Amino acid sequence: MSLAESVPHRSAWRLPGIDGLIPWILPVAIVAVWQIASSAGYVPVRVLPAPSDVVLAGWKSLQSGELVRNIWVSFWRASIGFLIGGSIGFAFGLANGLSQLSDKLTDTTLQMIRNVPHLALIPLVILWFGIDEAAKLFLVALGVFFPIYLNTLHGIRTVDPQLIEMGRIYGMNSGELFRRVIFPGALPSIFVGVRFALGIMWLTLIVAETIAASSGLGYMAMQAREFMLIDVVVLSILIYALLGKLADSASRFLERLTLSWHPAFQKHWE
Amino acid sequence: MQQSLRVLLSDVDFVSSATLIEQARVARRAFESKPAAAPKPAGLSLTIRGLSKSFAQNEVLRGIDLHIPAGQFVAIVGKSGCGKSTLLRLIARLETPTAGTIEFSEPTRAEDVRVMFQEPRLLPWATVGANVEVGLIRERLRTNAKARAGQALEEVGLHDNRDQWPSVLSGGQKQRVALARALVSHPRVLAFDEPLGALDALTRISMQRLLERVWADQAFTAILVTHDVAEAVALADRVLVIEQGHIAHDVTVDIARPRQRGSADLGALEATILNYLLTENQTTVGE
Repeated sequence: MSLAESVPHRSAWRLPGIDGLIPWILPVAIVAVWQIASSAGYVPVRVLPAPSDVVLAGWKSLQSGELVRNIWVSFWRASIGFLIGGSIGFAFGLANGLSQLSDKLTDTTLQMIRNVPHLALIPLVILWFGIDEAAKLFLVALGVFFPIYLNTLHGIRTVDPQLIEMGRIYGMNSGELFRRVIFPGALPSIFVGVRFALGIMWLTLIVAETIAASSGLGYMAMQAREFMLIDVVVLSILIYALLGKLADSASRFLERLTLSWHPAFQKHWE
Repeated sequence: MQQSLRVLLSDVDFVSSATLIEQARVARRAFESKPAAAPKPAGLSLTIRGLSKSFAQNEVLRGIDLHIPAGQFVAIVGKSGCGKSTLLRLIARLETPTAGTIEFSEPTRAEDVRVMFQEPRLLPWATVGANVEVGLIRERLRTNAKARAGQALEEVGLHDNRDQWPSVLSGGQKQRVALARALVSHPRVLAFDEPLGALDALTRISMQRLLERVWADQAFTAILVTHDVAEAVALADRVLVIEQGHIAHDVTVDIARPRQRGSADLGALEATILNYLLTENQTTVGE
């Protein structure tokens, strides 16, 4: 019998789905007020277009295929940059958490680089890579690297030493010790790093695309600004919000999948 | 006896006398159904000669000579810092001696000697059953590890909890899972480092009963470090009093089992040993 079965389903008497709708009440209300204010003429269309105009702009751009193409390009850059920066950060976090030599060798250097705002490198990156894909991937990877590195390192350092001693006593070899004790112990902290990194990923990408790109959501917004298409500008901002929410939900889902042993997540499930 | 058990354990940490009896029955059934080809490994005897241990300049144990016969239940008491935990860690091979030797009567594998600590040290991300299976990790062929873990959990009365996370268990239950993990490889020496120190008084009594029953059933050599003299005399065949790194008193507890807690002869013995500890205390203060 699993835990999920043994606890009575507390919300069974409620209408299904109500709980899931509560977080959306506020965004929907804001859009509604905004629409009413625009229609009544309180908000000049030049300052902020009505939501209906934004939807219309979205529909047009969807039909021309431009929206899908730009979202896809941005999504691709974000994920590849995240994968590259995340894996390198994870690898350094592991190495420095597990080996004192590696830590002594690299940590000071990494801390120095960390204190340089990575967006300050944009001019240099443009000189190096032009406005090529490599420039965007480099910046995203660099931005994502540090939160994942720091939190992986912290997670590994704070694994209960008594559990590690227990694992040794029971005869685990280094591989088993890592797989059964150290990695699962570091996982909650690694997920904190992933969620930080997702935020930085979008931020970096949008800034990079705004300054130096010929496709993507940031580029789409900048193009629209040139032609005073304020509805498209607002559209791209809203899409960032949706994509950010999507990324966060994905990492929460992974968290719940892998951390079901954690008391914090059990309460969530009851 | 059954009457007294029921009074003692009436509302103690999920172990009622009825479940205790049921556990004993289940354990006996498991024992009888085992093939005759694999006899239960009995406890090991161990001989300690001239054992010393220093940390930096600090000599914690000096010149310990000790023989523990196979299957004996030995309790080690002493003030904190007297070296009793170090002696236990040396026997369990968690530390290496500065001088002297510890010899077991037969060559031992790592899983023949197990330790149980004051903290249960369960992996929070593994189910109760998987935590017990950690005890089998060294065995080359983990044949029916699940079944063996289940058997060990049955022995401590937690078979129904094997799919739960440790975080939902009470302190006493967690310690019983730790006991099952130590037992699952059928150790021949089991070392307890104040295993009941963090539990409340009633849970502790029920755990003491459980330890005694498991020891009687599995016939391993038990070494219990404790600060609770009453616990020592209730469980052990022999109590060693350690003072400043050497064995000051070696007391045989010649009282038949099952022992009646709070009986006069246990009380008298407890008083004697407490007296040893307190007298030693006064001389230290006088120094």
